[in-house]
Amino acid sequence: MNKTVNQKAWFFVIPVFVLVAFNAIIPLMTVVNYAFQETFGNNVFMWEGTRWFKQIMLSERFHASLGRQFLFTFIILFIQIPLGIAIALTMPKEGIGVPVCLVLMSMPLLIPWNVVGAMWNIFALPDIGFLGHSLNALGFDYNFTQQIGDAWFTTILMDVWHWTSLVVLLSYAGLRSIQPAYYQAAEIDGASRWAIFTKIELPKMKKVLTIAILLRFMDSFMIYTEPFVLTGGGPGNATAFLSIDLVKMALGQFDLGPAAAMSLIYFFIVLLVCWVFYTLMMRNEEKS
Amino acid sequence: MAKVTLKGLSHSYLKTQSSDADWAIRGVDIDWNDGGAYALLGPSGCGKTTLLNIISGLITPTKGDILFDDKVISELNPVERNIAQIFQFPVIYDTMTVYDNLAFPLRNRKIPEEEIKVKVHEIAEMLELSSTLNNRASGLTADGKQKISLGRGLVRSDVNAIMFDEPLTVIDPHLKWILRSKLKELHQKINRTMIYVTHDQTEALTFADQVVVMHEGQIVQTGTPVDLFEKPKHTFVGYFIGSPGMNVLPCQIKGNDVIVNGKKIETHQQIKKSNFNKTEVGVRPEFISFSNEGIPVKVLSVSNTGRHKIIDTESETGKIKIIAKSNEDIPSGSAFLKFKKEYTYTYGDSWIIE
Repeated sequence: MNKTVNQKAWFFVIPVFVLVAFNAIIPLMTVVNYAFQETFGNNVFMWEGTRWFKQIMLSERFHASLGRQFLFTFIILFIQIPLGIAIALTMPKEGIGVPVCLVLMSMPLLIPWNVVGAMWNIFALPDIGFLGHSLNALGFDYNFTQQIGDAWFTTILMDVWHWTSLVVLLSYAGLRSIQPAYYQAAEIDGASRWAIFTKIELPKMKKVLTIAILLRFMDSFMIYTEPFVLTGGGPGNATAFLSIDLVKMALGQFDLGPAAAMSLIYFFIVLLVCWVFYTLMMRNEEKS
Repeated sequence: MAKVTLKGLSHSYLKTQSSDADWAIRGVDIDWNDGGAYALLGPSGCGKTTLLNIISGLITPTKGDILFDDKVISELNPVERNIAQIFQFPVIYDTMTVYDNLAFPLRNRKIPEEEIKVKVHEIAEMLELSSTLNNRASGLTADGKQKISLGRGLVRSDVNAIMFDEPLTVIDPHLKWILRSKLKELHQKINRTMIYVTHDQTEALTFADQVVVMHEGQIVQTGTPVDLFEKPKHTFVGYFIGSPGMNVLPCQIKGNDVIVNGKKIETHQQIKKSNFNKTEVGVRPEFISFSNEGIPVKVLSVSNTGRHKIIDTESETGKIKIIAKSNEDIPSGSAFLKFKKEYTYTYGDSWIIE
């Protein structure tokens, strides 16, 4: 076959290229620029090589926020994925209940991040918030602005409330795509409910669950707005996750070099975890 | 193994029924002997899958009873009925090996592992799956997967009946033949009641001893493949079975005479009554020949299939198809047709006049 050679087609790529350049490539390159140099403003830069990277990698502060970040992400995945699947399994499969459930489930996803943070802040205030006041009235000594455990509990509860729906919707879509014949065959084979779940539903949901876990991993690993509004990273640094810590370093202390190096390390961790996870999950798919 | 009896079975997917069309199946009575091979044949939407699912217990019928060995089992669930069913699309458990797939129905019934091993190997041998027993089932081709579905049905030796719901739909044509003869062979070997649902007449006629033809939720005829071909009891059976189907022409009945296109013709039956809204004559293309006198027609076209010729002709009241030997000379232009008397039937309101 003869290919038509027409280099003019490249002109059509220009708008996308410009767009991507402005919202991704240029900012990222600026960060790279800062990560290897020292600046005192006035556009004066001094070459620092890998100094900022070494500093961040050895910094206890970075280790602590990275640890908090992994712990947080692990906990919310551990809660949201099983909970999301469980809710999807109990959702109605036909009738008026379907749209009702879907709309109710989508609600938290439609609320802006900072509003969620503000909502939960007020909701959880120990003296006037419904949650905080009720817990204290029940005899719990609850104060998320002062106690580390309470701050974590509230942040996790907020994230579960905000994002479990995403897992539910994806799982529900996965469940609905299973042919009825599978259930009928399982019924005839005498499979228990648990066997139906583990042998049919879970394997058939594998792809959507992979997407759900990836999305939830990335979003929770980069979480900023909600905990920033809710706890501001406190008490102390107890809920200062990576991005909160990063902003503190970049805009609070104006340590642009280390902050830029930290951004890049942060970026590569997200990329690496996603890549490893996705490759592991899809390994068997390609074989078959 | 069991004898299957259906009594006055009707089912509707609607809550209230106002007309015949609201019923997916209506007034079905069937007696199937233990160990027989039966086919339910009909076009899409005629209710055959509904009927099958009622027998297996996946659907509870609106009216009527299902009996296995003369015991009413309408209230039992599929496990209690102890039947096996193979679906249109291969149903396999992706994460399990072929062996585990075949063992699954037995393990669910808490049968000892040694017994399972013997049984699974026996079935795998029968279905030629032995070499793939340790492979993951998801890696197999469509026919391999369908064999697994089939194997899961056969692995239990005590099933009352095995049902097939268009099991060859997703199989390649050249493998269809192989699997179909495999099924026939299995039926002879294990001698269990098998019920086969299909819209493909070749599948039904080659598989079954008795074929049940369904049309709009009703049984229109039950019989051997020869019966269905030679003596269709309903014009639908005539159309649906045979390729091309039966010619059906409007006719008048005057006294004992049957008149088609103004000509009196001879039919198989003696006509006794004639109070029908619509009367028709049916004759298969195989039983029509050209002659010097008879029904006048115009020859429209001739197509040669290799084995025989199919001739399209037009009479005064409709088209008539004829099948002739491929070496036979076909007149062009005007011609006359003669129907073979023994295979020409008269139908009143679509049903054969007895």
